[in-house]
Amino acid sequence: MAYSDKVIDHYTHPRNVGTLDKSKSSVGTGLVGAPECGDVMRLQIEVNEENVITDAKFKTFGCGSAIASSSLATEWLKGKSIDDAMKIDNMDIVEELALPPVKIHCSVLAEDAIKAAINDYRVKNGMEALVSEKTHH
Amino acid sequence: MNLPIYLDNNATTPMDPRVLEAMLPYFTNKFGNAASRNHPFGWVAEEAVDYAREQVAKLIGANEKEIIFTSGATESDNLGIKGVFEMYKDKGNHIITCTTEHKAVLDTCKHIEKLGARVTYLDVKSDGLIDLAELEAAMTKETILVCIMYGNNEIGVIQPVKEISAIAHKHGALFMTDATQAVGKIPVDVNKDGIDILAMSAHKMYGPKGIGALYVRRKNPRVKVTAQMDGGGHERGMRSGTLNVPGIVGLGKACELCMQDMEADTKRLSALRDKLESALTQLEESYVNGNREHRLPHVANISFKYVEGEGLMMAMKDLAVSSGSACTSASLEPSYVLKSLGLSDDLAHSSIRFGLGRFTTEEEIDYAIEVTKNAVNHLRELSPLWEMFKEGIDLDSIEWAEH
Repeated sequence: MAYSDKVIDHYTHPRNVGTLDKSKSSVGTGLVGAPECGDVMRLQIEVNEENVITDAKFKTFGCGSAIASSSLATEWLKGKSIDDAMKIDNMDIVEELALPPVKIHCSVLAEDAIKAAINDYRVKNGMEALVSEKTHH
Repeated sequence: MNLPIYLDNNATTPMDPRVLEAMLPYFTNKFGNAASRNHPFGWVAEEAVDYAREQVAKLIGANEKEIIFTSGATESDNLGIKGVFEMYKDKGNHIITCTTEHKAVLDTCKHIEKLGARVTYLDVKSDGLIDLAELEAAMTKETILVCIMYGNNEIGVIQPVKEISAIAHKHGALFMTDATQAVGKIPVDVNKDGIDILAMSAHKMYGPKGIGALYVRRKNPRVKVTAQMDGGGHERGMRSGTLNVPGIVGLGKACELCMQDMEADTKRLSALRDKLESALTQLEESYVNGNREHRLPHVANISFKYVEGEGLMMAMKDLAVSSGSACTSASLEPSYVLKSLGLSDDLAHSSIRFGLGRFTTEEEIDYAIEVTKNAVNHLRELSPLWEMFKEGIDLDSIEWAEH
C-alpha cells in the first residue's frame, strides 16, 4: 500500500515532537491507544489564560499514518482556542492526509488524543470534562 | 549496489537467470503437451518433464515416481491433507498439526474439520519448536496424519522432523511436512527424515511462481492421496491437468542449482545473517524471535521494543522486509506465529523479518544494518513508550484504553 505524499512528509519531518511538563496546570496531556493494538499517541497542549493553545507536542508509537495524524494534529492545534480545538473531526484528518479506509482508526485516535488533552487541561483548571457526542469504539 | 534492497526472500525469491534460460525453449518451439504420446512435440515435452522429475527427486532423496507436480505449495498442502483425510477415512479421522503452520495447512485443516475430521493443533514452546511429549500424548488409534512444517516461514525455526516422524510411525500414522521454506536451503531427505508426504514450491528457491510439487511415498508404506482435481488422470491419477512444462523445467533446474550451491549458499548466508543479527541486537531492547540453534540459515526475525513494525518499515527506506505487525489488516491482529511463541502483542507488533537470499551481498547487509539502526533510533525518539521506558515507568502498570 502506498502512502500519500502528505503522510510521507509528516512522517519524514514530524512537526512538534517532544514533551511538555505535564505537572504544570497550563499543560493538558492525552494518552490514548494501547501497545497491544500497535498504536499509542501522547498529545500535549499548553494553554494560556485566554484558553488559547500556545504550544502542542506529540509522541506516537504506531504506523506512518498514526505518526502523520498526530503530527498534523499538533500543527492544527496551535493558535486555536480549546473550544475550537474540540471541534476538530477525525474526518478532517482523513481528508487532509488522504488516509485509506484501513487507516481511518489512526485519525480517530488523533481526535481522541486531542479531546483527552483538552479535557485533562479542563479538569486541571476546574472546568468539567466535555463528553464527545461521537462514539467511535 | 542497487536500491531498493530485497530482504524478503521468505515471501518469494528472484528467479535465477540459469532457471529462466532452461525454461525459455519450452514456451515457444518446445511447446508440446507432455501427454501427447503420438508425436515428437509430446515426446520432447515428456522427456523434459521426466528429467525435471529426477532433478526434484534427487534434491530430497526420493524416487522420481514419487513426485507429483502441482501449482505450488498451497495446492500441495491441500492435496496432501485433504487427500489423506479422504483416502484413509476408514482408518480414522484424527489429524495432528501445530499452531504455527502456514495458513495453507491451517485453513485446510479447518475445512476438513467441517467434513468430520478431528484436528489437534499443538502449541509450540517459546522457541517455536513443538513439544515431542505433547505430540506423543496427542496420538490416538484414530490418528491418520501428523502434519508439521519443516522450517517456519516467519521465524525460520526447524522442527525436529526425524523425531516427529518416528512418533507418528510408531502409532501407525503418516507424517507429512510442509517443507516450502526448507527444501533447497538445508538438506532434506525423505528417507532419513521419515517423510511420507512433502509439500514444496519453486518460487521460494529461485524458481518460477505457479509451480510446486507434492512428494508422495511409494514404498514402506505405499501412500495414496485422493485427487482433489478430477480430469485426465495425470500424475498417477493424483493431480489432473495438463502439465505446466516450462514451470516444471524451471522447478527442476532450480532444484539442481540448490543442490549444487547449497553448501556455499548456507555458509555465506548464515555468516551474513549472523552479522546482521549481532549488529542489530546491539540496539537496546531488541530481541531475536525463535530458536537460534535449530533454524534456517537465511532468516532473522527481530523485535525492536517500543517501535511499531509498520512504522519502522516505512523508515527503513529502500529495504524490502516484512513485519509481524498487521496495522493494515482489518483485525489489527499481529502475527499469529509470534503470538504462538508467547510473545506479547506489543512485541509482535514490533517485529521485522529479514529474509536473505542467494543474491544478497555483504554490501547490502551493511547498508541494511545502518538504515535499520537509524530507523529504530529515529522512531524511538518519537515513541512515548520508549520515553516511559527510559523514565523507568512500568508500561504494564498503565491502564491503556484499548480500541
